Amino acid sequence: MGWAIALHGGAGDIPFSLPEERRAPREATLRHCLDLGVAALRANRPPLDVVELVVRELENSPCYNAGKGSVLTTAGTVEMEACIMDGNTNNCGAVSGLSTVVNAISLARLVMEKTPHIYLAFDGAEAFAREQGVEIMDPSHFITPENIERLKNAKEANRVQIDYTQPIKANSTNDQGDSQIGTVGCVAVDNHGNLASATSTGGLVNKMVGRIGDTPIIGSGTYANPFCAVSATGKGESIIRATVARDVAALMEYKGLSLKEAAAYVVEKVPKGNVGLVAVSANGEVTMPFNTTGMFRACATEEGYSEIAIWPVDSNGISEDSQK
Amino acid sequence: MVGGWAIAVHGGAGVDPALPVERQEEARRVLVRCLTAGAAALRAGALALDVVEMVVRELETDPVFNSGRGSALTRKGTVEMEASIMDGRGRRCGAVSGISTVKNPVSLARLVMERSPHSYLAFDGAEDFARKQGVEMVDNSYFITEENLGMLKLAKAANSIMFDYRVPLTGADSCRASAGLVADVGGELQMMNGLPISIYAPETVGCVVVDRAGRCAAATSTGGLMNKMNGRIGDSPLIGSGTYACDACAVSCTGEGEAIIRSTLARDVAALMEYKGLGLQEAVDYAVKERLDEGKAGLIAVGRNGEVAMGFNTVGMFRGCATEEGLMEVAIW
Repeated sequence: MGWAIALHGGAGDIPFSLPEERRAPREATLRHCLDLGVAALRANRPPLDVVELVVRELENSPCYNAGKGSVLTTAGTVEMEACIMDGNTNNCGAVSGLSTVVNAISLARLVMEKTPHIYLAFDGAEAFAREQGVEIMDPSHFITPENIERLKNAKEANRVQIDYTQPIKANSTNDQGDSQIGTVGCVAVDNHGNLASATSTGGLVNKMVGRIGDTPIIGSGTYANPFCAVSATGKGESIIRATVARDVAALMEYKGLSLKEAAAYVVEKVPKGNVGLVAVSANGEVTMPFNTTGMFRACATEEGYSEIAIWPVDSNGISEDSQK
Repeated sequence: MVGGWAIAVHGGAGVDPALPVERQEEARRVLVRCLTAGAAALRAGALALDVVEMVVRELETDPVFNSGRGSALTRKGTVEMEASIMDGRGRRCGAVSGISTVKNPVSLARLVMERSPHSYLAFDGAEDFARKQGVEMVDNSYFITEENLGMLKLAKAANSIMFDYRVPLTGADSCRASAGLVADVGGELQMMNGLPISIYAPETVGCVVVDRAGRCAAATSTGGLMNKMNGRIGDSPLIGSGTYACDACAVSCTGEGEAIIRSTLARDVAALMEYKGLGLQEAVDYAVKERLDEGKAGLIAVGRNGEVAMGFNTVGMFRGCATEEGLMEVAIW
């Protein structure tokens, strides 16, 4: 037992040749968010508060695909979605189609706590945001030059991308051509076994207006119950069909698998290159499997283990970044 | 029986025990009509996915249940419909929410699955897609019935009564009488999602089918919760909650949307079979008994072996089923 936390900034085809100027700010953000989350757990904040505050931080960072820095729809607009779930009560909240709300994850929490519903979307969600007086900004606030560029490239390549750290070249040799860094998320457990999960995203580059992905769908991108908390990332359509987040918990509960076994099993069943997830169990275990080239991720446990990484760790369990 | 086709339909879990007999008969007639059409198609070798779509279209078009025409109304008095469809073979899926002018939301959900790179489209984006696909569009008023306008008024009154009095309505409350509320069972007013059952009208529709080749499919469609906040999405369009299909089975749920989502009810039936080795009816019973906590809901399911199973913890669920063996049954209680 003991507390544990894991967070991600998206799984995808992250090239090993990722230049320093694109890698450094992302790693720094992961480190900063991990520190915030760990401090909050040490201060005995409930996991529900911890995952919300970490995801808020990731949303505010322009280098990840959530909040500011969200990728653009085919119309050049931002449509954000998020979801939060409390493992103790199975209470949850979700939002989709937001264009002015600075922190979608906090609005999702308000849906959970202040309405009789679980999920609000588009105009109705924006109206609720105003009723609640949450921080809103003009839609242009969320749009970054990198994402305008990504959209332009995606249209030229005539592809829906999940997001990637490198601009697509028309003659890209990648078979899918896309790296999948679509989402941010955080899961946490305290030393009483209370669990929570939160996920937030701008979705897919060049997505159709009105497209909803896995993030706000309970049991697909986000899930928490008394066994574990899970946040997934990757190709939304694949995650939905595989009900990724719920399946990790179901394997533990119905088949008696451990957290690591359950998470590995689920990830393996999804077509390669499509999914990654972070998960913690009531016992304070952590796992961060992915079947993509890489996944921006970080985790820490009360026992003292911590890791910040992008690509798979080698067989010695050492990743390039974990000792920094 | 092992093998053979089977079909089940539902028109909502949670029925007013005082529902007038004519209404019960009307509901039964619609269910029989849909089952008969579905069974005929299956006998002729139709695919599961086509049959669930056809049957749910029929249910959407008929104003009796809460989907398509006859949908429950939002707090603004408009209709916002949602639907989802899933093909067990390959677990392809499609879903829509916030539909206000498309005559058959379940067919739009299927088009999302087959003609778009996505699985789920909502509100303006979904309506744009519909226009581009050339599906039949109508004015929002087409979906609104006099009866539901009346129900909306009652729902608003019930909400304000409950807010003011902060006590559950029981026994011979005068405010209950004045709001025209009926339906108590054993002296206790039946409530769902915070509304008395006569007003709540949780008549989401759904259909699950296994065809001759053992392929399973499911579809669910609804107008949602009476007096819901605009923009509210329930369980019906959420894969794993209101709808699910895989190689082993197909499931469609109905009832309190929030309870169904929290318990990922449809996926859980399949997961219990897959991971815990339960049979279809066992899995349905377990899910209804153990997963819903205080929530009220029901579901229908078929298995690849031609089995049908149904379960609900509400007072009644409009339902029916038919199998290749010749079983045909429609029930409410």
